[in-house]
Amino acid sequence: MEKLARAHVLVCGGTGCSSSGSKIIIPALREKLQAKGMEDEVRVVETGCHGLCEMGPLVIVYPEGVFYVRVKPEDVDEIVETHLVKGRTITRLLYREATTLETVPGYDKIAFYKKQKRYALANCGHINPESLEEYIGADGYEGLAKALDMTPEAVIEEIKASGLRGRGGGGFPTGLKWQFTRAASGDKKYVICNADEGDPGAFMDRSVLEGDPHRIIEGMAVCGYAIGSDEGYIYCRAEYPLAIKRLRNAIAQAREAGLLGEGILSGKFNFDLHIKEGAGAFVCGEETALMASIEGRRGMPRPRPPFPANSGLWGKPTNINNVETFANVPSIMRDGAGYFASQGTETSKGTKVFALTGKINNTGLAEVPMGITMREIIYEIGGGISDGRNFKAVQIGGPSGGCLPESLLDLPIDYESLTRAGAMMGSGGLVVMDETTCMVDVARYFLNFTQDESCGKCTPCREGTKRMLEILNRICEGMGKEEDIPLLENLAKSIKGASLCALGQTAPNPVLSTLSFFRDEYEAHIREHRCPAGACAALIGYTITDKCRGCGLCKKACPAGAISGETKNVHVIDKKTCVRCGECQAKCPFNAIDKS
Amino acid sequence: MNIKNLADLRRIKEQVKSETSSRRENETQIIVGMGTCGIAAGARAVMMAVLDEVTKRSLRNVSVMQTGCIGMCQKEPLVDVVRPGEPRITYGNVKPEDIPRIVSDHLVNGRVVSDLVVARL
Repeated sequence: MEKLARAHVLVCGGTGCSSSGSKIIIPALREKLQAKGMEDEVRVVETGCHGLCEMGPLVIVYPEGVFYVRVKPEDVDEIVETHLVKGRTITRLLYREATTLETVPGYDKIAFYKKQKRYALANCGHINPESLEEYIGADGYEGLAKALDMTPEAVIEEIKASGLRGRGGGGFPTGLKWQFTRAASGDKKYVICNADEGDPGAFMDRSVLEGDPHRIIEGMAVCGYAIGSDEGYIYCRAEYPLAIKRLRNAIAQAREAGLLGEGILSGKFNFDLHIKEGAGAFVCGEETALMASIEGRRGMPRPRPPFPANSGLWGKPTNINNVETFANVPSIMRDGAGYFASQGTETSKGTKVFALTGKINNTGLAEVPMGITMREIIYEIGGGISDGRNFKAVQIGGPSGGCLPESLLDLPIDYESLTRAGAMMGSGGLVVMDETTCMVDVARYFLNFTQDESCGKCTPCREGTKRMLEILNRICEGMGKEEDIPLLENLAKSIKGASLCALGQTAPNPVLSTLSFFRDEYEAHIREHRCPAGACAALIGYTITDKCRGCGLCKKACPAGAISGETKNVHVIDKKTCVRCGECQAKCPFNAIDKS
Repeated sequence: MNIKNLADLRRIKEQVKSETSSRRENETQIIVGMGTCGIAAGARAVMMAVLDEVTKRSLRNVSVMQTGCIGMCQKEPLVDVVRPGEPRITYGNVKPEDIPRIVSDHLVNGRVVSDLVVARL
């Protein structure tokens, strides 16, 4: 019998922690343990994402559950010798709360995790994603086994009772979608998992695929059984190589174990999966464009109806759900709809994963019950705004969403409340902005993104977003005209009303929401040629005041050679050569450089 | 591996759960003093004996942990046994051959091995 490992060292191998160095830490730990002759006593496990990516690479030592952050390869020796041999916690590697600066040893005591309810992410970071056994050890595939004992209709009823709605953005009731596909006539039906996560700043789907790939396979198999399908596709963008690798590995394991293929769990249900790698076009996240891409055609949307439930992939009835939606299915089947339905609000049940990015202390993934307020997410889980600055706005829902100002921080988050506020749930990307962010510039950023990603099939989206972007560029450069604001609003209305797919229909949202909450910033740019946040390079300038001691540091720092002056004399910035990068201000030891 | 039914799944689950039982802090603990003094007195061999015994008996929900020096260096190697709701018992001058007795009598059956006890916390 294999000796019981007294300690398990879990090292995060998600994309975030891999890029910050866990790829080197894992072999270094194994090597050190071997050198100490402890390789049988201590097991090193590479896991998926823990969510607190800001603090990576993350290392958790069990049984104590001590949580080490920002571990460097040179810390490995100390972890082995001090913690694993002598049992002492290494204080300097512990997590410090962003707000109180207190060190917290235990995983479960950290504020970032305390407020969370991890349901879809339950296994992420806790199991080895390349091991089928560990997934089964975490109750995996019991949901599928249970579903196969029920009638397909009863499975659909269970999903309906849970109140699960599409986590990709639209929020369509999942059970109802399944029902439509089941009711559609046709001998061949397909299940598709939309893993074409493309919103800037969103990475929740990637983390689930990397950290718990079997969960998606199980969720899709349950769906296949419910709608009467024997074949599925996972459409995952090629920019997620680790997710694809782990999915391929998981699919092969599931096939070998008889959990995919013919006669699953020795019954009559057959189901198999393919992976289709997408080339990274944002529009391929739109379901009809996605299916065109799987068929080998150019990824462009088509008008609906017919909806995929009736005529989808290769004209066959097709059910398409997002990764996070499928990730919720196994637990709903295993535990029944009750727990899921007990979480959240009247219309939005369960939990939602949000990706926290931008000017926030705890960048990462947080899964919270629906109905939580934005303030709780940003301040209690996210640890507040970084660098001691003030909150200005939070962008939710990616390029289709909107910016919410401070006055809406206490809004309980669900599908309806966000739409009413001019944003949308989207896939759950949250980009937090502080007072140094210019809201016109943010709108321009998103418009630039959608304009770039517009497939060009319909005129309102192709031409309209381009015109809107031109106007925004003009405003940011200080050349805006008084009539630009009504013109933007007018264009936005036409694009929303006349575009073929959701990309165009929602593309103006970032402009409309910033116009409604931060109109004064647009007006300052246009009327006073001033950027209140001091972000638009064309509208700011740097001057050296008489506090200057002539040390010459600014002159050295200036990449454009725009600063002149003799040593010990006040220096001058040539406004024409200055590129307004702010390097001089950052370097000045006497606070002698003003930005205006 | 071929999984035929729910019973197969549950069997694998139980097996994995026992293999990964050290991924949580259990209420029942056996703690070996691994300060410099402990290691010098042979705590490492004691620790190996603990792991062997725990493996041999397939004990689940037991955490094998280490601790630093608690100041009773002359009695090292020290081994503590913690059972939920009972006082923490410290054994001193423990040799690897004492471990089967400590595990079977105390850790499993709750009978303190009185001839080896040095403290009761």
